[in-house]
Amino acid sequence: MSETTGGVEMDEDVSGVVKKFLYVNRKAPYGTIYALESLEVVLIAAAFDQDVSLVFLDDGVYQLAKGQHTKTIDVKNFSPTYRALEGYDIEKLYVEKESLEARGLTTEDLIVPVTLLPAAEMAELMDGQDVVLSF
Amino acid sequence: MLHTVNKSPFERNALERCLQYAKKGSAILLIEDGVYGALKGTAVTDKVKKAMKNVSIYALYPDIEARGMQDRAIDGIRLVDYGGFVDLVAEHRNVHSWL
Amino acid sequence: MKFGIMVNEGPYTHEASDTAYLFAKAALEKGHQIHRIFFYHDGVNNSTRLTEPPQDDRNIVARWSKLAAEHKIDLVVCVAAALRRGIRDENLAEGFRISGLGQLIESGIQADRLVVFGD
Repeated sequence: MSETTGGVEMDEDVSGVVKKFLYVNRKAPYGTIYALESLEVVLIAAAFDQDVSLVFLDDGVYQLAKGQHTKTIDVKNFSPTYRALEGYDIEKLYVEKESLEARGLTTEDLIVPVTLLPAAEMAELMDGQDVVLSF
Repeated sequence: MLHTVNKSPFERNALERCLQYAKKGSAILLIEDGVYGALKGTAVTDKVKKAMKNVSIYALYPDIEARGMQDRAIDGIRLVDYGGFVDLVAEHRNVHSWL
Repeated sequence: MKFGIMVNEGPYTHEASDTAYLFAKAALEKGHQIHRIFFYHDGVNNSTRLTEPPQDDRNIVARWSKLAAEHKIDLVVCVAAALRRGIRDENLAEGFRISGLGQLIESGIQADRLVVFGD
């Protein structure tokens, strides 16, 4: 068991099953730990070969903001990890258009390329999932 | 799809966002402080009533009762116990908790 | 039906643990199975046997242990979240085990429904 992730041990009956997992991020980073620990789940999830999508809405869009410098609050800046997701074959990142606009941001302000979706389409996406995890 | 909301609509936007996301034919269950969104005569009552034309809205009665709001639920909101909560989860193919 | 449950908040501060427990109990009463209950974020604090509530209050930790013993339920505490918060095997209550996040994903795959309780 590794200290950071707890290791990934898969039962045999898990292999072969592919479900659609959606990770819903609605909380800003640093003020609470939810964003960081949600990302930790996503990294582990990558090892299970499931169909993974991440959505960012409401204050969750702040997780992807460029230019995070956390040295002075003495907390680890985990935003570069979003850029590493691609290497884990997690490529479906969706940001809600209305949430981004309400916060005066554009996709230019984000550290990773994302697909911008209006709320109505996000709702469709959410509806089609097997497992929806929120933190 | 089943959506659950556990926040007071006067404190957070979870109910508002949920109402926007809940598609026709889906269900919303209000639990914990979310039950304050199930009441008559509040600033969000009209919004909830309007949503009830397209989605089924439920509220967890033990949470309503605990808060002394038992006589205030909007007519048409279905009150369920924990067994009813379980049934709702079983009846819908997926569930999203608007935390 | 097989349910997976995730608990993201600590006991007493937030109602999430209570709701999750009452949900699990109701599901079992209806003849469903609980595949696993996974404790994450401050939810790991549901597992410490050092918890001592006042006599007239419910003992949330003991309640989980009892449920696990009676129905053979797998109570899993996330190792990374637990270590951050000082939860280790030494202070783990009866019926809980510490393991990795993979257990949560596995529950999502194996259970028919995964229900999240949090803040």
